[in-house]
Amino acid sequence: MSQNEQVLAAETAETPRLSIAEQFARRKQGQAPSQLNSQRVPIYGDKATATIETKPLTWRLAHHDAILDLETYQSLRGFEGLKTALSKAPKEVGDMIKAANVRGRGGAGFNAGLKWTFMTPPDGGPRYLICNADEMEPGTFKDRLLMERLPFQLIEGMLITAHAIGATDGYIFIRGEYIVAAERLMAAIDECIANNLMGDNILGSDFSFNLHVHTGAGRYICGEETALINCLEGRRANPRTKPPFPQVSGAWGRPTVVNNVETLSNMPAILINGVEWYQSLPNEKGNTTTPGTKIFGCSGLVNDPGLWELPFGYTAREIIEDFAGGMKQGKRLKAWLPGGASTDFLTTEHLDVPMDFDTIQKAGSRMGTGLIMVVDESQDMVPLLKNLEIFFQRESCGFCTPCRDGLPWGVKLLTAIDDGQGKVGDVEKLEGLTRDLWLGKTFCAHAPGAMEPLMSALKYFRHEFDSKIVVPAVEVDAETSEWAETEIKKVMSSMVSSNPAASSNSGADTGSNNNSDTKAGAEAGNNTPTSKPSDVK
Amino acid sequence: MIKIVTDKAPTVDVASILTAQEIEGIHEYIHHYPQARAASLDALKLVQKRNGWVDDAQVNAIANLLDVPVTDIEGVATFFNRIYRSPVGRHVILVCDSIACYLTGYEELAAELKSQLGIEFGQTTADGRFTLLPICCLGNCDKGPSVLIDEDTFGPVTPDQVAELLEYYP
Repeated sequence: MSQNEQVLAAETAETPRLSIAEQFARRKQGQAPSQLNSQRVPIYGDKATATIETKPLTWRLAHHDAILDLETYQSLRGFEGLKTALSKAPKEVGDMIKAANVRGRGGAGFNAGLKWTFMTPPDGGPRYLICNADEMEPGTFKDRLLMERLPFQLIEGMLITAHAIGATDGYIFIRGEYIVAAERLMAAIDECIANNLMGDNILGSDFSFNLHVHTGAGRYICGEETALINCLEGRRANPRTKPPFPQVSGAWGRPTVVNNVETLSNMPAILINGVEWYQSLPNEKGNTTTPGTKIFGCSGLVNDPGLWELPFGYTAREIIEDFAGGMKQGKRLKAWLPGGASTDFLTTEHLDVPMDFDTIQKAGSRMGTGLIMVVDESQDMVPLLKNLEIFFQRESCGFCTPCRDGLPWGVKLLTAIDDGQGKVGDVEKLEGLTRDLWLGKTFCAHAPGAMEPLMSALKYFRHEFDSKIVVPAVEVDAETSEWAETEIKKVMSSMVSSNPAASSNSGADTGSNNNSDTKAGAEAGNNTPTSKPSDVK
Repeated sequence: MIKIVTDKAPTVDVASILTAQEIEGIHEYIHHYPQARAASLDALKLVQKRNGWVDDAQVNAIANLLDVPVTDIEGVATFFNRIYRSPVGRHVILVCDSIACYLTGYEELAAELKSQLGIEFGQTTADGRFTLLPICCLGNCDKGPSVLIDEDTFGPVTPDQVAELLEYYP
């Protein structure tokens, strides 16, 4: 408990925020939203130690706030990775990335190099590489920064990947709200085309590749790779059935690989520094083996929300305390989401679990995007869950029934419970939903993702739901109530006499005992009049 | 007489509905894809720039131009949060209502916006200046609560800053 208190203490003051006038002024100067952050610990950590070896994703930001022209990017070892890649055979590059084990940064954590090997071999027709930049997971803002401030790095990563998988065309599927990011990427692509870094025979090699930017118009489901492909083809963004997987039949029926922005941004440094270096990165913490660095972050009521590039293995406590400046004055940590809205809540017990795919999974959640969202103790979990479920309900594509109808049902139940209209059994219905909308019962992972926070909230904070359930008052006549009272007394006295250990046990876990008391009380209240029909009249 | 049912869009005079620039812009988008259909969302977004929303005739014209069924274009248009099929105000205010902004006080911000504009979510002010809508996570979570007005993302925006913010959008 005393250790947990540390996270709660606000050691530093809140970061001052920009006024509206300042925000306007800085946007007018051409700064993107991600450049308006005033986080105290910069994303690359310390300027002196930020190098391509220690902070492969963001070290360039230690030199410039954003790298938006080719010359600057090239002066900071830009396109060196591509040159190395082009000097190797595609298979060699693919094997290298597979050996490096770049785990997908979009949330699933699957080895990207291995994912590429599932592609149908080249047959002379078009093959596609798609960058999933539809970052819409609530609480996630890392890809925005990578695109707004390091557009060339992503493009280089895509060129390396395209070379490895033999892709002929690429698309960056970027969400419609990332307007500056899309503009900067398009400008960067134009500059690459003008300098033989894109198009036919790139840098004099026989590798040709064209990259396009496709902007969405705001639907969360587009982040699902097959829905993304449908959207790219100009159709409603409903997910497709798998198999066939996109690697076999993706965009326009051709072999397609979809990778996250951050995954692709990892490629240039691996080509420059090699596989062994990549795998040595987690040694800094020594408690995990997942190679590489990851952009971790924190949002919610902390003093200094932001993003930090760190090797795997840092704990949530370290991220919240050392980087995010601890909880805001007077706030205490209650729960946290490890990587976006579709991951399970974890509690103060799990603050020392290393942030890595496997360890977080073992703790009962998913690392997801690795951007922690903290929930403070002033929050009531019922309206909080209502907010989360409204999001998932609204963003359901409506294709399969469990998701289309089940999610609104969840919202209705949560709304009723929150408004004090919840009935006995409603919390159990919510539990039922978490089973009925689980993996294998819906067409894609959208509804199961919606159930993860709900399931974990019911696991850790069940009493908050139960305490809002109103037990209906039952009108009984004097005779019945007298009978009930004597019956209850009889039961109570028999319990005390037959099992004296029960009372001493109950002290250990007051939380759950309270629950069962209210529940039992609720049931008794309901059952009394019906269970004794003969005595009523 | 046998009526032939076809899913082809009713033929319309595209040039009278869309401007020459719009048609050229749509053709520009088509070049990026192996099939014209893929430009449907880009086309809708481009056409929407003129009036702020897309009307029936424009949907039909896009279907003609891309040679796909009009229902498919309508399907795409109604699927996306930021394609509007009914009139909106000069400026559209999108308030992020996802969890990070919920934790940092979007509810107070939305209440203040509603009271200053005198409208609810989904409505347009009587003078046609603002439309207010909720939106899912804007990816600006470190600076919540966030709003997206037209093409600008702001955050954090506190309730006492609402009046000042609205001033920038006459």
